[in-house]
Amino acid sequence: MRIQSLAFLLVLMQFSLCFVRAEATDKIDFNQQIRPILSDRCFSCHGPDAETREADLRLDLQESALGVISPGKPQMSDLVERITSDDPDLQMPPAEFAKPLDQKQIDLLVQWVKEGANWEEHWSLSRLDRPEVPKTKQNKGAGHPIDAFISRGLTKQGLSFSESAKPHTLLRRLSFDLTGLPPNFKKVQEFTSDHSDEAYSKYVDELLNSPQYGERMAIYWLDLVRYADTLGYHGDQVRSVSPYRDYVIQAFNNNKPFDQFTIEQLAGDLMPDATIEQKIASTYNRLNRASAEGGVQPKEYLAKYSADRVRTTGAVWLGSTFGCAECHDHKFDPFTTKDFYSFAAFFADIKELGIVSGAKHIELLQVPTTAQSDQRNTLNSQQQLAQQKYDAQTPELTQAFSDWQEQIRNSKETWNLLTPELVTADQGTTLTIVDDGSVLASGKNPVKETYRVTYRLPETGDSDQLPLTAFRLEVVPDPSLPAQGPGRAGNGNFVINAVEIKHADQNVEWASSTGSHSQGGFLAEFLGQGNKKGWAILPHIGKNQHVTLFPKKPVVITKTAETKAKTVSLAIVQTHGTEHNLGKFRLYVTTEEKLSDLYLYPKPAIRLIIQTDISKRTPEQVAELQTYFRKHTPQLAAARKEIAGIQSSQKKLEASIVTTLATKAGTPREMRILPRGDWMSLDGEVVEPAVPHYLPQPEIKDRKLNRLDLANWMVDRSNPLVARSFVNRLWMLFYGNGLSHSVDDLGAQGEPPTHPELLDWLATEFIESGWDMKHLVRLMVTSQTYRQSSDVSAIMRENDPYNKQYSRQSRWRLDAEIVRDNALSVSNLLVQQVGGVSVKPYQPAGYWAQMNFPKRTYQHDAGDNQYRRGLYTHWQRTFLHPSLLAFDASAREECSAKRERSNTPLQALVLLNDPTYVEAARVLAQRILLEAGKSDEARFTWAWHQVLSRNPRAEEILLLNQLLQSNKKHYEQTPEDALKVQKIGLAPVSDQVNPVELATWTAVSRALLSLHETITRY
Amino acid sequence: MNKQFHDLHAHVLLQQRRSFLNRAGTGLGAVALASMLKQEIVQAAPGTGQAGVLKELHHPQRVKRVVHLCMAGGPSHLETFDDKPKLREMHGQAMPESFTKGQQIAQLQGRELKCFAPQFEFKKFGESGQSICEQFSAIGSMADDICIIRSMHTDQINHDPAHALFNTGSSIAGRPSMGSWLLYGLGQETENLPGYVVMTSVGKGGQSQPIAARQWHSGFLPSRHQGVQFHASGDPVLYLNRPNGVSFDQQKQLVQTVNGLNKQFDNVVDDPEIATRIQQYEMAFRMQTSVPELMDLSGETKETFENYGTQGGDGTYASNCLLARRLLEKGVRFVQLYHRAWDHHGSIKRSIEITAREVDQATAAFLKDLKQRGLLEDTLVLYGGEFGRTPMAQGSGRDHHIKGYSMLVAGGGVQGGTSYGNTDELGYAAVENPVHARDIHATLLQQFGIDHKKLTYKFQGLDFRLTGVEEARVLKEILT
Repeated sequence: MRIQSLAFLLVLMQFSLCFVRAEATDKIDFNQQIRPILSDRCFSCHGPDAETREADLRLDLQESALGVISPGKPQMSDLVERITSDDPDLQMPPAEFAKPLDQKQIDLLVQWVKEGANWEEHWSLSRLDRPEVPKTKQNKGAGHPIDAFISRGLTKQGLSFSESAKPHTLLRRLSFDLTGLPPNFKKVQEFTSDHSDEAYSKYVDELLNSPQYGERMAIYWLDLVRYADTLGYHGDQVRSVSPYRDYVIQAFNNNKPFDQFTIEQLAGDLMPDATIEQKIASTYNRLNRASAEGGVQPKEYLAKYSADRVRTTGAVWLGSTFGCAECHDHKFDPFTTKDFYSFAAFFADIKELGIVSGAKHIELLQVPTTAQSDQRNTLNSQQQLAQQKYDAQTPELTQAFSDWQEQIRNSKETWNLLTPELVTADQGTTLTIVDDGSVLASGKNPVKETYRVTYRLPETGDSDQLPLTAFRLEVVPDPSLPAQGPGRAGNGNFVINAVEIKHADQNVEWASSTGSHSQGGFLAEFLGQGNKKGWAILPHIGKNQHVTLFPKKPVVITKTAETKAKTVSLAIVQTHGTEHNLGKFRLYVTTEEKLSDLYLYPKPAIRLIIQTDISKRTPEQVAELQTYFRKHTPQLAAARKEIAGIQSSQKKLEASIVTTLATKAGTPREMRILPRGDWMSLDGEVVEPAVPHYLPQPEIKDRKLNRLDLANWMVDRSNPLVARSFVNRLWMLFYGNGLSHSVDDLGAQGEPPTHPELLDWLATEFIESGWDMKHLVRLMVTSQTYRQSSDVSAIMRENDPYNKQYSRQSRWRLDAEIVRDNALSVSNLLVQQVGGVSVKPYQPAGYWAQMNFPKRTYQHDAGDNQYRRGLYTHWQRTFLHPSLLAFDASAREECSAKRERSNTPLQALVLLNDPTYVEAARVLAQRILLEAGKSDEARFTWAWHQVLSRNPRAEEILLLNQLLQSNKKHYEQTPEDALKVQKIGLAPVSDQVNPVELATWTAVSRALLSLHETITRY
Repeated sequence: MNKQFHDLHAHVLLQQRRSFLNRAGTGLGAVALASMLKQEIVQAAPGTGQAGVLKELHHPQRVKRVVHLCMAGGPSHLETFDDKPKLREMHGQAMPESFTKGQQIAQLQGRELKCFAPQFEFKKFGESGQSICEQFSAIGSMADDICIIRSMHTDQINHDPAHALFNTGSSIAGRPSMGSWLLYGLGQETENLPGYVVMTSVGKGGQSQPIAARQWHSGFLPSRHQGVQFHASGDPVLYLNRPNGVSFDQQKQLVQTVNGLNKQFDNVVDDPEIATRIQQYEMAFRMQTSVPELMDLSGETKETFENYGTQGGDGTYASNCLLARRLLEKGVRFVQLYHRAWDHHGSIKRSIEITAREVDQATAAFLKDLKQRGLLEDTLVLYGGEFGRTPMAQGSGRDHHIKGYSMLVAGGGVQGGTSYGNTDELGYAAVENPVHARDIHATLLQQFGIDHKKLTYKFQGLDFRLTGVEEARVLKEILT
């Protein structure tokens, strides 16, 4: 026993993590050492969830826990007895729980009871107070506050800071961390020669003030809020929200205070006199996954969207895991099911639909650019002027109006009825010629049918020839037809898909057609256009209707024509397919010219008004007539054309303006607790909006809380979680891990912070600075802690494998977007335009083949949009761009607070073969040839500077030179291969480079872009 | 592989060992390192090799591989494996309200609900006399090797969340799929191929349901455990083919140079990630040969092609089945095929005839092939969709249905020629021995020697597992 303990102690001493040392000297720290054990091993049955609580014992509450603990007296504590017992009936946790306590944990718990069972509130929920900055021997109270906190910890462990990173490494680190781009090599050289604090500070400011800072920070924020360009469920259709992404970038660039940033996103639409920017920000509430699948039950999906918002908002601002409380009280944190649905009630005012198919989005907020706004104003005033011109009443118009009416009154349309001679039907309908010149269908009514009738044409009379300018097919009701006809479908309707007329063996070609009445979607006009959708007449059945067809050239009959030219044959084609055939019809012709001119031959309704005595016309008729006249009089043709031109420009402009799904508030939906998340249940209690019960409550008591109240509560000074969570995550961006490693969970199951006082100091500093994000970032990157080398010695690795004491910097592979940005940047292909709609880089063909509703093919962008930063990539949730996916970009279906950093063969394949990287290598090679001098050595050195910000080592050149030489040999022998390399990617090739040389150096560049060092931040 | 790579690999290994010793330091340090490693296992910190986190299995392992033949779209159980004479009798009559009241309904919301008879006859197959729809007589010929589960049920009535539930145990996005859990737990055996491969096919008998890449994603598990999709056309694996104008030897030298430079840099910075990176480049390079080799069916016999009913290489389900066998032979741990043709809202009779032609022969040939090659005994085969279809008519088809449907299980440790569970007399709800996806998950892990409660990953403060928080049951009754 004793020997074992001794060995154990020795191991612990070597291991020397902070708590182990602390154990020997300091008192046990409840939050650091005890709560995590109780939470992980006991709360499941003795925690916040009442449903699964055993023995009415809660070990998450001191009062209840004291029932089984006698402080200072382990031997009298039930808890100690149970956890040390071998008796299966007594032993805790019970064997079936499958998560036993190990000896170390038991010892800690016993020791803790012995020391008096000190109890503390959970660290992240405790009041946020500003700790004193430690005074250390080195800083004597001055110096960088972060270093003061960190060095206190280091001293305690007998550790010290590493030396500063080499200038080129440091600048590279800083540049990637603040902008996501590598430094320009000139800057590296400048900094290498002067890396004073002042010079460093200057670079920090320069980078913070560059527009690329906002882009880099946005990458992380967009992961949190799960920003994407598509719906996410099933058909994963596109929806437009890119203005929100640009809002986020601008917010970081303009250093919008974080409290404002928070309020605008959660409730920008509810702010008094909300600006368009604030409304755009409220798109946050609409970023959830949504479905457009037919057969979706709207209520089920509204419940899904609602739960999604609770999970996400809890995760983004509170660093809390609320998701599980959708079905049951949280097992480890005090968050209850009632808290879950009360929190959801804040968002119940958001207008939305359960099924979000195409046009059904609610509140597509237009977000015009300045140029678009200007153009809109110009067009509006142009339109007003043109409209005035059009509306103006002149004596000439008055005269013309009266002349026109006179003319119409005196004119008449003459239609000559043609006599049918021969009738047949392809599918066996019985067609009978009736005395009044009509043809009546009876007998069999086939699914589809074509009627064929030959008509005798009129004689030419005195003239030598007669030009027929139009044909009119009249459809006629008849008592023998269903619902009186004129069609044979059950409801009296029909669909005529084509009317064909043949004269002298020639098919008559139609110029246009018009009808007395058309059913929606089945227009008489289709017949003249050759559109096979056809003409139908619902709901005006049981009446005569007609369609007039105008030939491109008049059909001319001559006196001396042969017999067959004295007839026409009509075919009425009916292919709709549901027995929608015509029942009775007549055919007329006319020789009137300009019959298609609606000015000279107005539609029957207008003609009727004109024929009505002026004194008897209703005001509506007077107005209708005026409008019709203006619409058709040749005198206003120019004005009409102008208006049409302006309207077409307006339409084009409006369609080109980007929209976003802003939040639109309505009457809040009733929110109930859904027992076990069952959306069909109406058994649960109705709840009002409320913040989690265990957190400081808003002061508003006299009215129902709303989303704006929630937003304000988030950033209230008394909220202990928001600043802690955000600061912890910022720390991760610059140090690799959060001060509490579990950046996604600050609850009982999360890891307590390694430096709780530093975290609290940073959080209060953040709030007291006015939620100044850049201030905080500057603080983090100017510390000595940040500027240390990331080199790891064997001792460090042994003493502090996870770098929890920060005796060195951390190193990590760049984020997916930044791997891309880096390659484009060093090749100079990167187009540095901030914001805009999402873009489509090259993507392997067929990658989208799985998608449907609708099926789509990916068309990559050409021009500038091919070379934009990774964060602008079209974010297709179900099929995220494969290069980004390979490097662990989040599909953004759920909040992601920390990306995995994997290391896979797929990443190697992307760097080796993705045309984006091969093209970048080719263009980099071209730069090498044009900018780096003539000797191979000069070229290697130059390339190294661009890609790695440092000088090459001799052995590196040796290796790379072998690659160069053998590729040179290869391409000299097969110059056709060199030409193939040249064609990869859209970027043009300079005519000043030799293709063989270009291909050779492309190989070298590919090697450089594929290096581990190239994609790693050291 | 080739000599140069062997040399390089040996060099890297040596380098790693040397670094390891440097890093390990003294004897006591080594103990500390061991404890550190142990911690890594528990926390699943980014590792380097292909091994899984489980150091020992919880039970004896019955299977080494699993293949999931996913019939995407929701196949009707009533036209495949679950005959309901009573439903035939009641054809055209109103569906009794006692069945449907208060239940979820998809597209039939608010419509009149009428019974719709099974559209085909069923026959008895094999010595076991299992009842299977006549349209699936080839599968019927394997009846004695198959266990039919007729009591499946699910919680999600729409395709996307229902697939997510079957693959990950949850309809919430971001959870790892079952294949990823397996790789996470057991690692992979293949050195030249991914351990988890997915292929899809479309059919002519129904709308092609979209399948999100999320269905084979590793969720919060390290992404090296995600499924890799193989494509019938273009690059079989995305970005597998080298660029135009670059020869095999050039590409090889390029990879060697990259790794050589990486190694030199490791000497400077001593970064364990670099050794991993080098391994990944080697694997990527090997895949450039091994994947095309795998996809090349020229070595298959005429008889094999005839059995499967394909000439291969055309992206059909049959062709994918043949590729699946080749993958399993190479030791790929998890193979998943999606046939996206089973969403039969209308004309179900004709649609089933078409889809049966696409699936029946190939599935049976695949099972036989595995059996002949001795692979079936340590391969678990799952066949089925994300849900079933209503006993009620939707015009001439059937709507989505979650309360009862069928699935086939075969292979390692499964009792062939048996059936398990039943739906009620109208095929509406699973009433006898209901089986949920999580029970399938628990059983699958069990066959691999894993206690489903003990394969966990800490995420957002919780010990997540494939089977989730609800009770999951190993289906001992169907196992030998």
